[in-house]
Amino acid sequence: MLLLQCPWCGDRSEEEFACGGEGDIVRPLVPEELDDRAWGDYVFMRRNEKGIHFERWRHAHGCGRWFNVARSTVTHEILASYQVGDDRPELPE
Amino acid sequence: MSRARHEPLAHLALAAAGETTGPDAGVTLQAAPYQPAVILRGESGNAAFLEAFRAGMGFDLPLAANHVNSHAGATALWLGPSEWLVQSTTGQAEHGRLAAALTGHRHAIIDHGDGQQIIRVSGPRARDVLSKLCPLDLEGPDLAPGRCARSILARCSILLHPLPGGGYHIHVGRSFADYVWRLLADAGLEFGVAIGGAG
Amino acid sequence: MRQAINRLAEGGRIDRTERLSFRFDDEIMYGHPGDTLASALLANGVRLVGRSFKYHRPRGLMAAGGEESNGLVRLRQGGRAEPNVRATEIVLFDGLVAESQNRWPSLRFDLGALNDRLSPLFPAGFYYKTFMWPANLWPSYEAVIRRMAGLGKAAKSGDPDRYEKKYAHCDVLVVGAGPAGLAAALWAGRTGARVILADEGTELGGALLGNGQQIDGRPGTAWVAGIEAELAKAANVRLLPRTTVGGYYDHNALTLLERVADHLSKPDQGQPRQRLWQVRAKQVVLATGALERPMVLANNDRPGVMGAGAVQTYINRYGVRPGRRAVLFTNNDSAYRVALDLAQAGVEVPAIVDLRAQAPLGWRAELDRFGIEVMADRAVLGVAGRNAVTGVQIGKLNAAGNGVVPGLARRIECDLLCLSGGWTPSLHLLSQSGARLRWDGTPGCFLPGEAHQAVRVVGAANGDFMLQDCLTLGAGAGKSAANDAGHQHRGRGPRKPVAAVEADPTPPRPIWSIPGPGRDGRKSGGKAFVDFQSDVTAADLRLAAREGYHSIEHVKRYTTVGMGTDQGRTSNINALGIVADALDVAIPQVGHTTFRPPFSPVTFGALAGGQTGPLLDPARRTPMHGWHQANGAVFEPVGQWHRPYYYPKAGEDMAAAVNRETLAARTSLGLMDATTLGKIDIRGPDAAEFLNRIYINGWKSLAVGGCRYGLMLGEDGMVFDDGVTARLAEDHFHMTTTTGNAAHVHDWLENWLQTEWPDLAVYCTSCTEQWAVAALCGPNARRLMASLCPGFDLSAEAFPHMTWQTVAIPGVLEGLEARIFRIGFTGELSFEINVPAGHGLALWEALMAAGEKYGITPFGTEAMHVLRAEVGFIIVGQETDGTTTPDDLGMGRMVSSKKDFLGKRSLSRSDTMRQDRPQLVGLLTDDPGHRVPEGAQLIAGNNPAPPQRGLGHVTSSYHSPNLDRTFALALLQGGRGRHGETIHIAYDGRAVPAQVTAPRFLDPGEAAK
Repeated sequence: MLLLQCPWCGDRSEEEFACGGEGDIVRPLVPEELDDRAWGDYVFMRRNEKGIHFERWRHAHGCGRWFNVARSTVTHEILASYQVGDDRPELPE
Repeated sequence: MSRARHEPLAHLALAAAGETTGPDAGVTLQAAPYQPAVILRGESGNAAFLEAFRAGMGFDLPLAANHVNSHAGATALWLGPSEWLVQSTTGQAEHGRLAAALTGHRHAIIDHGDGQQIIRVSGPRARDVLSKLCPLDLEGPDLAPGRCARSILARCSILLHPLPGGGYHIHVGRSFADYVWRLLADAGLEFGVAIGGAG
Repeated sequence: MRQAINRLAEGGRIDRTERLSFRFDDEIMYGHPGDTLASALLANGVRLVGRSFKYHRPRGLMAAGGEESNGLVRLRQGGRAEPNVRATEIVLFDGLVAESQNRWPSLRFDLGALNDRLSPLFPAGFYYKTFMWPANLWPSYEAVIRRMAGLGKAAKSGDPDRYEKKYAHCDVLVVGAGPAGLAAALWAGRTGARVILADEGTELGGALLGNGQQIDGRPGTAWVAGIEAELAKAANVRLLPRTTVGGYYDHNALTLLERVADHLSKPDQGQPRQRLWQVRAKQVVLATGALERPMVLANNDRPGVMGAGAVQTYINRYGVRPGRRAVLFTNNDSAYRVALDLAQAGVEVPAIVDLRAQAPLGWRAELDRFGIEVMADRAVLGVAGRNAVTGVQIGKLNAAGNGVVPGLARRIECDLLCLSGGWTPSLHLLSQSGARLRWDGTPGCFLPGEAHQAVRVVGAANGDFMLQDCLTLGAGAGKSAANDAGHQHRGRGPRKPVAAVEADPTPPRPIWSIPGPGRDGRKSGGKAFVDFQSDVTAADLRLAAREGYHSIEHVKRYTTVGMGTDQGRTSNINALGIVADALDVAIPQVGHTTFRPPFSPVTFGALAGGQTGPLLDPARRTPMHGWHQANGAVFEPVGQWHRPYYYPKAGEDMAAAVNRETLAARTSLGLMDATTLGKIDIRGPDAAEFLNRIYINGWKSLAVGGCRYGLMLGEDGMVFDDGVTARLAEDHFHMTTTTGNAAHVHDWLENWLQTEWPDLAVYCTSCTEQWAVAALCGPNARRLMASLCPGFDLSAEAFPHMTWQTVAIPGVLEGLEARIFRIGFTGELSFEINVPAGHGLALWEALMAAGEKYGITPFGTEAMHVLRAEVGFIIVGQETDGTTTPDDLGMGRMVSSKKDFLGKRSLSRSDTMRQDRPQLVGLLTDDPGHRVPEGAQLIAGNNPAPPQRGLGHVTSSYHSPNLDRTFALALLQGGRGRHGETIHIAYDGRAVPAQVTAPRFLDPGEAAK
């Protein structure tokens, strides 16, 4: 059971959150201009990183906000939590 | 002749008022009666909106997470950075005033009084009962009396409001009221449960 | 009756003034408060307590704590019966009943013991070698094997006890209340930090309860009592005895099993039997101690072979001597104090056999006083006796420790053999936390390595076996843990405890397997057990290595070593050592197996907690729920909602009730509780633009006062929700979603608003709970509404289909207006009346009363399904399955070409454009009375025999009283082009012919608009 840092509410148990999968995926501005492969990459392909994973969570049973988390998929260590729209923070190597 | 508003826990709480299980009840459950309430949406960063609220209601909207402000029968509980629960003890008039005050400012007011049930949990073992069901740190500073936090109780979404005078208000969606009441009564069995009357 | 022949006259932490009676198998015996079942059995001279798992060998108690692997019993009776409980962990209470396990017909005479004689048939991996061929006979073998091998029997009736879960948060969680843990808790607690101290035992003190060591010049137990008194008084410290920390998860989340009432004959009223704590700790201090390993030697499992430390505990803590004449066999110093404690308790101790060439010198004088001979550089090679130890064979090993030097054999008579094969730090929890372990050859054990979480390890668990180190380092860890959690000592900390001086230890000599007394050192005089619970011997491990199992994880699974409920607490290191020797590599190269939670078995009851039976899952109720109950509704769970399924009248079965309800709604008047639909208030200047992006159809053209049906897609182009949304004002919409998908849709909307389109000024707020909804439908609906809303123009011109209005309902709503939507889900003339939830019941009752003259009929979800399917309305999740596009459903024309929306681009992918995609069709079986099951596959021919190429499946199937026949909806490949064809519906070995039709069976006509 992870302990997540909601940028608004602070440390809360994973039970209050919904995981939204990989973050920083930008919706193409003009989807019609993409070929099937490029559109398919956007819809279906995910990185599934071993290491630091940038992902989105929603404080579903709290303030309702979506936010970003940088998490090690090896140790579950959370290296950063930050609001949607904020730049990715500098992470230690 | 209009029918009275039907209370979600009429069949449980009101029916059992005054009953006690166990010799010395460690926890008391009460179903609070209907109270006018709205969800207020607006931008924390919109100074004009905040000022309009203040001008109309006579107090500031709480902007810090999990804070509660109140004044003259109206209470605003922080739900999220653009969301508050505004309750009033003085009736619908308060909400008319709110709507009038915010006219012209970007906001939304959504009726919520019928959508929630408030259950009051009090007594020396109230915290022990809640800690069986809720993952929040009930002893932490975020849940000092007068603060509030949304969380879960078993698998139900709640708004938990520790009261300045002791005990807690648990706000649950109306449809969950029956289940949450039964959960609390079961969790309290170890300490003895008294059922308080409405109010 | 048995006498407590092995109870010492004095000493121990038991209360001899009170007698507790208990029954083991058929014998009544007595013990005292403070006893465990194990200590009481030993006091009564019981040596044989069980039969082993595979060979049914006679077994006795070996340990005094959670590492016991022989003394597993079935405790209590009836619904409270629990198998495989360790006798060493059962607190004795008056009236306790326990049974031995894995024996038939009795413990003394067990037919399964034949397995031991036949053991050449059961080598390591015998399952895989013997019984896998012919494969079709495996089920018969399996039944026999499962009966022969196996542990206790579970209870057959329901468990009457309560269980619960509890959340807790703390600054410092200290695991283990031995000297190191107590010191840590004391130092952390003095800072004011929130501390939880948990220990498996009924009493705090850990090893100090049994080993007689001194602190501050008085017995260690007196020091423990002083600390306990202080901790018990501190408001910031929570003491949890009888509590096993069993799981160490991410971010310092730990689970603790508190045995609240297991020491009582049954729980008090309202009291849970067990409580599963979920603790979130800022810092963790593991003071989990160390476990003593047995020596691996021939017949080391005979009743009367015990751990030396366990024997010491039985003497000092329980006032029990486990034998009359004891030999000790050790490779380290710890057994020497045990020898003295034995002698002081009046047990004859002829010899300490020490593997090391140099025995420690410090004990000489005291040993001489009791005439205890120290036989250095010698080994116990084998054990004599079957149901009890009668003697040991002693010899000298060669320098490598893998053979016996001939000619030096000697036999000593004894009834107790105490083994000390060295100490294994208990690092299960640390390992679970993600930390690495590192091998240290000097003590011969794994020690804590690099940690990933905020955790410290102290005391014997950290390899600090000297008492003074436990106290000093424990205190330091408690203090620094509290500091790291943000708490400092004000003033000075507690006074530092001082332990009695101990001699520096002589290094142990680890020999993982003692060669047998036979000439070549291999041909042993009996089985040498490594894992007693799983019946794995040294020979099994060597066989596995010879057969090519070189990874310890593979050896574990092949031989089952360490796979019992003790998780290999006493066997892991010995097994590693033997495998490393067999492979001729160093232990770190073999590595260790993975420790997984839980550390100790957890009851299913505790895992389930309090949410069982009627509290299993939230049951959401509409404001009209009580009315439905009072009127005989049968309920159906839809998501978490409990919705009326149908309302049977006396003598009606489901089919009859649904037929009646379905007919009434088409021919006169039906009423359904539609409160459960998800409702979302959408407001803001960009609300219409937002809906345009969310739904496949256009929303900007919808006039205020209008309603529109919309479909939502995922970005993959597949339908994921539908519903009607009304425009309340230029900037204000009221969206409805399907009942089960409401939260998901709200998440979805917030996702796009918050992360992708923060520039859109829109608020989405759930208002599902605020509104009660009564859906009225049927030809008489308008007449009924007219009687409720006098003076309101309800004509189709003034209040047309797909619009909404606010309407007063005098006598039902005072000072309030209902929102009435001219929409429906049955194709009939319909009104969906929304009122604040507190008035839902009044509205419902008013409708029922006013509708009486039209025979108004409440209908449930099943009739609703029939009604909507008759007119071809889909249900998301029934006609769709996450691979269904709007075009597949025949709704391609809804797709707007003028705008982008979520999922649009996917609709022009090559796969979604295929002509042979499954498409929604109607099916009419040739036999109008035949109702096919939903989910049945569609095939072309009339022969159902596999293999078949499936053409699709039935999504909905009903009997319609309005059509007077059955009908079905289905997804059929290329179905829109196949109307009029005959296909077959395959199920239960049949192929039922049916005609493909349009997915619409009935047209209520313009009057219904």
